[in-house]
Amino acid sequence: MSQDSTISSELSHADGMKGFVKDWSSDKQTFHVPWGKAMMWIFLLSDTFIFTCFLTGYLNVRASTRVEWPNPSEVFALSFGGDPIPLILIAIMTFILITSSGTMAMAVNMGYRKDRAKTASLMLITAAFGAMFVGMQAFEWTKLIIDEGVRPWSNPFGAPQFGAIFFMITGFHGMHVSIGVIYLVVVAMKVLRGDYEKRGYEIVEITGLYWHFVDLVWVFIFAFFYLW
Amino acid sequence: MAYVSIADKDHEQHMHDPQSFITKYIWSQDHKVIAIQYALVAIFVGLIAMGLSVMMRLQLGFPEWATFITPEEYYQYVTMHGMIMVIYLLTALFLGGFGNYLIPLQLGARDMVFPYMNMLSFWVYLLSVIVLLISFFIPDGPTGAGWTLYPPQAISEGTPGDGGGIVFMLASLSLFIVAFTMGGLNYVTTVLQARTRGMTLMRMPLSIWGIFVATILGLLAFPALLVAAIMMLLDRVIGTSFFMPAMLTLGETSEFSGGSPILFQHLFWFFGHPEVYIVALPAFGMVSDVLATHARKNIFGYRMMVWAIVGIGALSFVVWAHHMYVSGMNPYFGFFFATTTLIIAVPTALKVYNWVLTLWKGDLRLTVPMLFAIGFIFTFTHGGLTGLFLGNVTVDLPLSDTYFVVGHFHMVMGVSPVLVLFAAIYHWYPKITGRMFNNTLGTIHFWFTLLGTYAIYLPMHYIGFLGVPRRYYANGTMDIVDESVQLQNAGMSVAAIIVALTQLIFLFNMIWSLKYGKKAPGNPWGGTTLEWQTPQTPAAHGNWGENLPEVHRWAYDFSVPGAEKDFTPQNEPASDGVPVGRDHGVNH
Repeated sequence: MSQDSTISSELSHADGMKGFVKDWSSDKQTFHVPWGKAMMWIFLLSDTFIFTCFLTGYLNVRASTRVEWPNPSEVFALSFGGDPIPLILIAIMTFILITSSGTMAMAVNMGYRKDRAKTASLMLITAAFGAMFVGMQAFEWTKLIIDEGVRPWSNPFGAPQFGAIFFMITGFHGMHVSIGVIYLVVVAMKVLRGDYEKRGYEIVEITGLYWHFVDLVWVFIFAFFYLW
Repeated sequence: MAYVSIADKDHEQHMHDPQSFITKYIWSQDHKVIAIQYALVAIFVGLIAMGLSVMMRLQLGFPEWATFITPEEYYQYVTMHGMIMVIYLLTALFLGGFGNYLIPLQLGARDMVFPYMNMLSFWVYLLSVIVLLISFFIPDGPTGAGWTLYPPQAISEGTPGDGGGIVFMLASLSLFIVAFTMGGLNYVTTVLQARTRGMTLMRMPLSIWGIFVATILGLLAFPALLVAAIMMLLDRVIGTSFFMPAMLTLGETSEFSGGSPILFQHLFWFFGHPEVYIVALPAFGMVSDVLATHARKNIFGYRMMVWAIVGIGALSFVVWAHHMYVSGMNPYFGFFFATTTLIIAVPTALKVYNWVLTLWKGDLRLTVPMLFAIGFIFTFTHGGLTGLFLGNVTVDLPLSDTYFVVGHFHMVMGVSPVLVLFAAIYHWYPKITGRMFNNTLGTIHFWFTLLGTYAIYLPMHYIGFLGVPRRYYANGTMDIVDESVQLQNAGMSVAAIIVALTQLIFLFNMIWSLKYGKKAPGNPWGGTTLEWQTPQTPAAHGNWGENLPEVHRWAYDFSVPGAEKDFTPQNEPASDGVPVGRDHGVNH
């Protein structure tokens, strides 16, 4: 035990900037979070770079193509009997995805209160919103491919890269959402079964981190691809 | 004793001892077994890459004789040699091999934080290697686009391997990135969150610092390659035009239009330049530990060495376009990238000075790992100096795409990391296998490899100045090239073949010593870091027996004045006989 106190005195705490550096480089743990959460943050940082590369690639291609870029407000308009409403489907999809972030946040809260039934049901609701989002994306793809003849290599509106970028980026994001839905359902089931009673409910928050990230990425895709 | 019981549930991992042969050696979740699996696969593909380089050298050295190699095959060898060496050998062996082996052992952890994911990482890596190797057996053979895979050439008709080779290559790269991400997340999280008591960041051995920062670089740089690979796959397979401009090929207008080949170059080099440091930083770290241990001296300027690693890592993300000077860019960009490139020379030179000063007045023990480590200082300085030429736009323009570039990067990122790999393999071989290697064979291996290296790559700088272009088939016999070049080419080829044969001595030594080597003591070199203090050699599952080690000092307490031994392990508490040397991990 005497050696334990030696170590403590070696690692005594300091104030101010020095204390900050000390805490950050302290022994054992740099961040006082579970391993899984630290890893999820690092993964999301890496994933951010993937989407950043996709979006910079898109901006570059959009700038370099010689054919005019189609107007997204017109391409992504839907009419319900009357005049076409621009971006209406995308607006609904965005609304759904942001709502799902809200239910996810509530699930995290309920998880820390150890309310298993509410946590699981809120997670399943989040997953359902996610599935709805993917479903609407499938509808959008179908409409573009079958009704309007948009292909990855060409489209009737203008620059062929429009279709290529659209399918690639929304496809990659849709894949993230689909994986998120599966992830949410699996974790919700395990919550319901009581698997985390001993280990704690950080896993709900970790799942939530991923889900919020996917949501945040969509905001950027929405802003860069649809609104511009 | 040095082991103190630690009642810390979060830090203690629950270990399942593997029971059967299969869970122990095949589907193993033990970081040490995964490390060896990674290393063996990497060395296996590395041997293939070495074979390819011998074929290339045969062609260049003896073009009249080596007519069995067609120009198409030559391009395929160039491409596969480069890709395998950079990605599947160096990255995999440094991070998947030594990263996996050293991180938990040097930090005093029982394993990686998520062993199952770590295991998956290896199996996906193996899959990526298999996909890559399949391309050798398809009708067209592997891609011959050059290791940089520049479009439009890479996916245009007429390039060797345009049938399927390029698709396999891109698929294999994507798989490799998935594998690397799974392993890399583990490495970074383990370094950040699973160190043992007393192991602060500033007490970590430099090996860990190098691997840690390199892995972060990988996690941020490989995404760019993944995106480039996906976009090129789409161009090739379903006919999008991300990278492909409208063009006339073989007398016909291609289906593509409006893509940007330069975009690929940016994405590729945004990955490609950090990749140089993904390979170099672990080498920097490991060579520091080898030098300090065998010079019986603390590493000179530990704190600066750490900041140099971090600084080089950060700078490596803002220099990528120095690979693209000839692609054409705004002169101000050239100015910017040349400046950032040359700034990297500052922390790098600092490291070289510190290595030399570590040796200065040390009690040098010229063991085999030490020889390789000192050899590295030579080749790395040499390659670094030629890098200063190529970093300047005006000097780079005439030298670009000549053998000067080939000589430069083989010196700095080919041979130098490989020498460190040899140093590291010899250095940790006793711990990994529990046997000593044969010293004489190791020394022979070193001298032939080091001198052979210079015999191969020094002449390349000269023929580069003569303007001999790289990647050309039979380039010694062309009209644009001086006649004397052919003699140089033949000389380089002979040296290359000798060096390649020397590697067989290394392989023999490694395999023979496994069975017939002397039994190794737990700490044969008198090392201070934790991996030498394990209760068993080779370390058993769980690494530390009952209790985790506790760290009381930095990693370089060699020859501390007043100490009884010339090294003090990190887990030895300070007392009268064992004073603490310079320790940055605590307040003074």
